[in-house]
Amino acid sequence: MSHHKEEIRIGVYICHCGHNIAGTVDVTGIAEYASRLPNVVISKDYKYMCSDPGQVLIGQDIAEHKLNRIVVSSCSPLLHEKTFRDALVKGGLNPFFLQMVNIRENVSWVHTDTDDANLKARDLVRAAVHRVAYQKELTKKKVPVNPDVLIVGGGIAGISAALTMADAGKKVFLVEKEPTIGGHMALFDKTFPTLDCAACILTPKMSSVKKHPNITLWSYSEVSEVSGFVGNYKVKVTRKPRYVIEELCVGCYACVDECIFKEGKFPDEFNLGMSKRKPVYLPFPQATPLVAVIDDKTCIHFKTGKCQQSCAKACDRNAIDFNQQPEVKEIEVGTVILTTGFKAFDARRLPYYGYGKFPNVFTSLEVERMVNASGPTEGHVVLKDGSKPKSVGIVHCVGSRDEKTNKWCSRVCCMYSLKLAHLIKEHTGAEVYNFYIDMRTPGKGYEEFYDKLLREDVHFIRGRVAEVSDWATTSDEEGKLIMRVEDTMVGMVRRIPVDMVVLSVGLEPRDDAQDIRKLFNISCSTEGFFLEKHPKLAPVDTFTDGVFIAGAAQGPRDIPDSVAQAGAAAAQALALIDSGHVELEPNTAYITDTLCSGCKSCLNICPYKAIAFDDEKRKSVINEALCKGCGTCVASCPSGAIRQNLFEDEEIFSEIRGLFVESI
Amino acid sequence: MKYLYYPGCSLRSTGRAYEESLLAVFRVLGIDLAEIDDWNCCGATNYMSINEHRAIAITTRNLALAEQQGGSGEVHIIAPCNACYMGLQKTKIYLDTEQGLREKILKTMEGAGLRYEGRVVIRHPLDVLINDFGLDKLKMAVKKPLHDLRVISYYGCQMVRPIATFDHEADPVSMDQVAMTLGATAVDWGMKLRCCGGSMTSTVPDVGQRLNYLLLKEAKAKKGDIMITACPLCQFNLECFQGKISKKFRDDISIPVMFFTQLMGMALGIPEKELGIHRLFVKPRPVTV
Repeated sequence: MSHHKEEIRIGVYICHCGHNIAGTVDVTGIAEYASRLPNVVISKDYKYMCSDPGQVLIGQDIAEHKLNRIVVSSCSPLLHEKTFRDALVKGGLNPFFLQMVNIRENVSWVHTDTDDANLKARDLVRAAVHRVAYQKELTKKKVPVNPDVLIVGGGIAGISAALTMADAGKKVFLVEKEPTIGGHMALFDKTFPTLDCAACILTPKMSSVKKHPNITLWSYSEVSEVSGFVGNYKVKVTRKPRYVIEELCVGCYACVDECIFKEGKFPDEFNLGMSKRKPVYLPFPQATPLVAVIDDKTCIHFKTGKCQQSCAKACDRNAIDFNQQPEVKEIEVGTVILTTGFKAFDARRLPYYGYGKFPNVFTSLEVERMVNASGPTEGHVVLKDGSKPKSVGIVHCVGSRDEKTNKWCSRVCCMYSLKLAHLIKEHTGAEVYNFYIDMRTPGKGYEEFYDKLLREDVHFIRGRVAEVSDWATTSDEEGKLIMRVEDTMVGMVRRIPVDMVVLSVGLEPRDDAQDIRKLFNISCSTEGFFLEKHPKLAPVDTFTDGVFIAGAAQGPRDIPDSVAQAGAAAAQALALIDSGHVELEPNTAYITDTLCSGCKSCLNICPYKAIAFDDEKRKSVINEALCKGCGTCVASCPSGAIRQNLFEDEEIFSEIRGLFVESI
Repeated sequence: MKYLYYPGCSLRSTGRAYEESLLAVFRVLGIDLAEIDDWNCCGATNYMSINEHRAIAITTRNLALAEQQGGSGEVHIIAPCNACYMGLQKTKIYLDTEQGLREKILKTMEGAGLRYEGRVVIRHPLDVLINDFGLDKLKMAVKKPLHDLRVISYYGCQMVRPIATFDHEADPVSMDQVAMTLGATAVDWGMKLRCCGGSMTSTVPDVGQRLNYLLLKEAKAKKGDIMITACPLCQFNLECFQGKISKKFRDDISIPVMFFTQLMGMALGIPEKELGIHRLFVKPRPVTV
């Protein structure tokens, strides 16, 4: 390595990570081995390199041994790269003279054979020693953070986050796909475990959102494009035409009353299809914004062009505009909070429960609407023929804790099933059976609520229901829905005839979760919920800086937890905004002008449109602010004119040589 | 496409009518079947639980013979009996996924001068009819549509469980689709997959016959004219004891129970004699009238 101008002096540090690494890898042996590698001046092993003494050790050695390159062999750089870069800075070195080797996740945690683990650790350390010698001094760029925030999804999590941010004086854009905010919580009648009225606590928050001077609420809108980076996102929001001018409409229902459809004819989304609405409608009386919407798929005007437009005539504020077009809003924000919520499990996927086949098999959400005074049955829990059920069976874990559908526990179903059991009993006096696998009631006041239900003469049968059928074996069963279940407490199979079955459906990722993930460049865990940066210590962060997540989009979650997470996400966003600026990783590509032939092949290949062409000089130019460091142009440049910081050819080739060739 | 045909023991004994009707129907539809030469037991029922290696070895022998006879590439075997169908599939899956077992079995095969390469695909006749031949073509071949006939399709346990390949494991519909294609009304009922009694019908009649009874009673309750099955044991259990069951439970549960291929044959205009209709104890009057 004679062509280096300066003398390369490398320090290598092998971390034990307690027993995490030292339990499998011979850390002392590796340190001794590394001390014999080229340019290594000093090589040590230490119990916890990330601890304060560990970091101080690096600083002392830099001074004492005039080290100018550092290799830390420990855990994933995702976890501690920042820690050790800071240690270098404290020791007076440029932070980019650090190379980390992950001998925990990549070695000790995945290998059981000690000999193989040691060989692999030696190879990786050797490769890093070869790489680090070529690493360059780099500086991070500081970019100011735009204080505005985008919140996607107007359920209780989005509403809470929006109000917190807005109260802190930040400008909030709240984008909601549906015509109204409120999310799933707006469907509920009561909330567990206190049985307080959901609307009474939610609707004041909804109207605060609408009234807040710092919040711009765009309902019936979707994010269509996102570009930029932390602190400086550019976002396009498409506002779907509702054919009613939002600023003029006062939600007086005159248009709905005068629609040529005298009665509702189309399934009402808000009541899950249990009632009918007209083509022009308001989702519910407390909808926010309280603005009518015209559904162009069912409206006669849009279908035939031959409607007398009685709705428009009825509106004395001239708020109806059949010519409305989708409108694209372009905004710039510094941070994003995704609170897009969940989808309820489709009970049709389990045909043996008879949903969609037997009219008196309902989902829990449908019963939520039934017990609600403003729901399709005005608060009465009734069978399809209008009569009161005398017996009701509630099946827990429908689409949860099930190898065949969703393996996870949906966390909220035990509690809402208890709530529904209480409400059904209160409304109908029926015998209520809860069929559960395990009762899961961790939460403040939750176990006490379960205890209360036990005293209310609700039956609890431990066992997963095998099927809901209509074949009777005795006269008691004639005309009933028969629930067949193994009662694991009694140790026998039971058949319980009931009038009504309620399927407590689980929580799933939304169908469009993958689209949102791609838009915002975040990750999803295997089951499809948004992936947090760290399950314990960064639960609302994502791997994309400046994008935070909260609520059931991240995993099944009840209202208290969603609100708490929303607060945490808002706090994280506020911390980022109030720090005023962000530092960008200097991993951008750059062009060596003398080598660029002006072939333009890099222009179209860049996914971030970060490369422009200078017509005068006939050379490509990279806009560093837009470059994400993906390396596509670097690999594609036919003349080798494009290179990338942190991934220079010399660094990579030397690393590979170190790995394969120069074994000692 | 040419299919190899694995009859299994039942189709040569209690389920003769299944073989007769299947061969007749496939001949009329122009689906080529060639019987696997020198086939042996499918390894069904007890053998699998008593000596797994031997059970799988004898089943693998059938698969190896089929590969030998079927030439290169994929070899499709039609196994009409539900028990054979499941047994052959289970064996193939074991061999595909259990490396250790596969090696042992291959050695056993070598001893018999056979090779098994894993090229077989186990098919159910319903799968072939729907997914290869096509219901549209079947509809065109129907000569005597079965209008006004209420057909109860009874699938039994092994067609879709534990391995569901061509139909839904909890709510199979393939036989109903065939019945509808023949012009009949497919009756939806909740006992498509309930146990037929299996071997219990003969060994522990109190238990077995109660299971038979529940199925027959529900078929009557749903106003079925006829039940169809794809399993010789189901057909046997549900048909043979109807007199006894009616007496025992003081409930008239008599209903014709036939193989779906027999019903197909009638709609296709094949003479009853060729379909083994004369072998049925409970004569299918509504169809023949």
